[in-house]
Amino acid sequence: MTPKRKQRLIIILALVFGSSLAIGLTLFALGENINLFYSASQIASGDAPKNTRMRFGGMVVKGSVERSTDSLEIAFKLSDGASQVKVVFTGILPDLFREEQGIMAEGRLDEQGVFQADEVLAKHDENYMPPEIAESMKKKAEAIQ
Amino acid sequence: MIPEIGEFSLILSLCLSVVLATIPLYGVAIHNQLWMNYAKPLVKGQFLFLSISMICLGYSFAVDDFSVAYVANHSNSQLPTPFKISAIWGGHEGSLLLWAFILSGWTLAVSFFSRALPLDMLVRVLSVMGMIAVGFIAFLLFTSSPFARYLPQFPADGADLNPLLQDFGLIVHPPMLYMGYVGFSVAFAFAIAALLSGRLDAAWARWSRPWTNIAWAFLGGGITLGSWWAYYELGWGGWWFWDPVENASLMPWLVGTALVHSLAATEKRGVFKSWTLLLAIFAFSLSLLGTFLVRSGVLTSVHAFASDPERGLFILVLLFLSIGGSLTLFAFKAPNVKSDAQFSTVSRETLLLVNNVFLTVMAITVLLGTLYPLLLDALGGGKISVGPPYFNAVFVPIMSLMTLAMGASMTIKWRQTKTETILQTLWKPLAGSLLIGIIFPFIYGNGFDFSVFIGISLSCWVFATTGLGFIYKFQHTASYWDRLKKLSLSYYGMMFAHVGVAVVAVGITLVSVYSEERDIRMEKGDTVELSGYTFEFQGTKMVKGANYSADQGRLIVTKDGELITELNPEKRHYTVKRSMMTEADIDPSLWRDLYVALGEPLDEKGNAWAVRVHYKPFVRWLWLGGLLMTLGGLLTVADKRYRKKVVV
Repeated sequence: MTPKRKQRLIIILALVFGSSLAIGLTLFALGENINLFYSASQIASGDAPKNTRMRFGGMVVKGSVERSTDSLEIAFKLSDGASQVKVVFTGILPDLFREEQGIMAEGRLDEQGVFQADEVLAKHDENYMPPEIAESMKKKAEAIQ
Repeated sequence: MIPEIGEFSLILSLCLSVVLATIPLYGVAIHNQLWMNYAKPLVKGQFLFLSISMICLGYSFAVDDFSVAYVANHSNSQLPTPFKISAIWGGHEGSLLLWAFILSGWTLAVSFFSRALPLDMLVRVLSVMGMIAVGFIAFLLFTSSPFARYLPQFPADGADLNPLLQDFGLIVHPPMLYMGYVGFSVAFAFAIAALLSGRLDAAWARWSRPWTNIAWAFLGGGITLGSWWAYYELGWGGWWFWDPVENASLMPWLVGTALVHSLAATEKRGVFKSWTLLLAIFAFSLSLLGTFLVRSGVLTSVHAFASDPERGLFILVLLFLSIGGSLTLFAFKAPNVKSDAQFSTVSRETLLLVNNVFLTVMAITVLLGTLYPLLLDALGGGKISVGPPYFNAVFVPIMSLMTLAMGASMTIKWRQTKTETILQTLWKPLAGSLLIGIIFPFIYGNGFDFSVFIGISLSCWVFATTGLGFIYKFQHTASYWDRLKKLSLSYYGMMFAHVGVAVVAVGITLVSVYSEERDIRMEKGDTVELSGYTFEFQGTKMVKGANYSADQGRLIVTKDGELITELNPEKRHYTVKRSMMTEADIDPSLWRDLYVALGEPLDEKGNAWAVRVHYKPFVRWLWLGGLLMTLGGLLTVADKRYRKKVVV
């Protein structure tokens, strides 16, 4: 093998090694960390898996927010217009959290069908609705008509 | 009247851009000197009219002209004046105008500072930039004019700027970031010009390098500012969220970093030529993609403020035209571009190549994680999101490997270095870094920690090898002072940037591993202890600002009985927007930040509050490192070899 070819071979091998490492890591990480989105109706009808990390979004139901008196635990209900699901969260809520606001929660669904959130997201803009929530609410509205 | 002047100037600048994109370029094709000479005045005109547009919009904000829809949606008569001006780029339309304005600023700068360039080359570059301007100004005019009026009935007062954006960070972050994004258009234009002319030599690399470096520096600076802003303004003490929009700025930075290095090899050694061109095309394409992601609202993101499918489609078409066009050109012309130099396997060239591969791979993984949810949704696979764990899992190992290679490259010469020499010089810093990496977690923390070991070892490795490389410069010299003066600014720039990487690595490692955070319910007199600091909550009081009222908390921080500081976090209520905003209070220092934010009142009387307390060690190092990199990038541009007239 000429030195030039040898050099090329080494470079190509390095490239192959580098990219397979990256692809391996990527696939592994993607498999572990994809969170599917579910709407309230899907959860209420039992379509959503239990104890799997997922995203759940909907409108905060008016008058459903209950606060614990001695800790930061808070419970509220999220709705997509048809069904409601209870969410429990411990911690500080984002500034834009309020009743009748579109909210995205991340966490797991427990055996009782209560969504145990470890993260609650509200968007910067109060008029902004996460596309997932907007779509699931639109679907409900169409189904009702 | 004023907004109409702004709109009209915008139309004029579009006309000038169309001419700039065609006539001078055609002049090059038919060797018509006169037509080529049109380029420079056209650039001046384009800049002039875009400036007028910017001033008109600024003026409309300053005088509260709420008949202009954009002003009415993003300002309010109560808004403090500096924020009224920065509200120009507080929304979709205005930030696009800023984009176009900065683009024409860069074009003007190229036409001024490239006297050394042969006329035909300069004209090609300016024309390509003119084409980009056509795309963006047309986008502004047809889909999102900032000068559209609310007529006949306009609101008496404006809807106010988003409270999160009423901050010093927003005054500087977007312009800085855009300087970087748009700056890559210069590198792109140079690459296209090289492909058009078939001329790609050391001189070409020397012309295009300072522009690339300065754009890279601005982009890095913009990302650093954004991270700092998110840290103190969002109120949750995070500094990087792997938000799609952050990723959108990170991807061009990664590819830009690869480009900066590959250009260095092209200039010094005449290698990696077509690769350099490809990187230049991709750096700019990713900048465009970034704009698309932010502006089209296709992604669920904290930054996505306007979602309008028509706009998204327009940018998508723009994206396809520019990427498709330039890649087609590349496919036809690149075979003519040959790298003429040879290098051995153990050489700086190889390590630069390795660095390029790593950076590109990182950019691709980030791209994949960002676009995967979009692709899956488009294919009907359901709504998903890819979270930070993915990015951390992929990014950190590759970044670590790259840092390892980066340290090694500092002492290795161009062309060839003997393997024994490398081992001889490098085993000591390697052993030393590993040792410090092992010892550090025992001294600073409570025992061995693998992440800290890796992070600290890598940082020490880069510090040590950068220092070694510097010392070697003095090996065969009698007068240290002369040598010090003779070292080029580029060299200092490189050292700054590399040390910056090490400083960032220290920051990331320590803040990730040793941070402490507590969300806790506190009543007046309650205390909480965190990392040896005691925080005592002393209740809240009402304070009033220009356009908000706030509950201001008072926390006394002590350590071992000694007073450290008093922190006053606020919960603001912005009256016009009727929105709440957390204003954290921070006691910063080089070694640790104490960070306190108010959650919400937990009872009717407002005695009990949810309080978030953070202890963040070495968090400042993140931005310090970013600053060092930016400084390094700017230093290289000041190097005198770029100011010399090039003999052609």
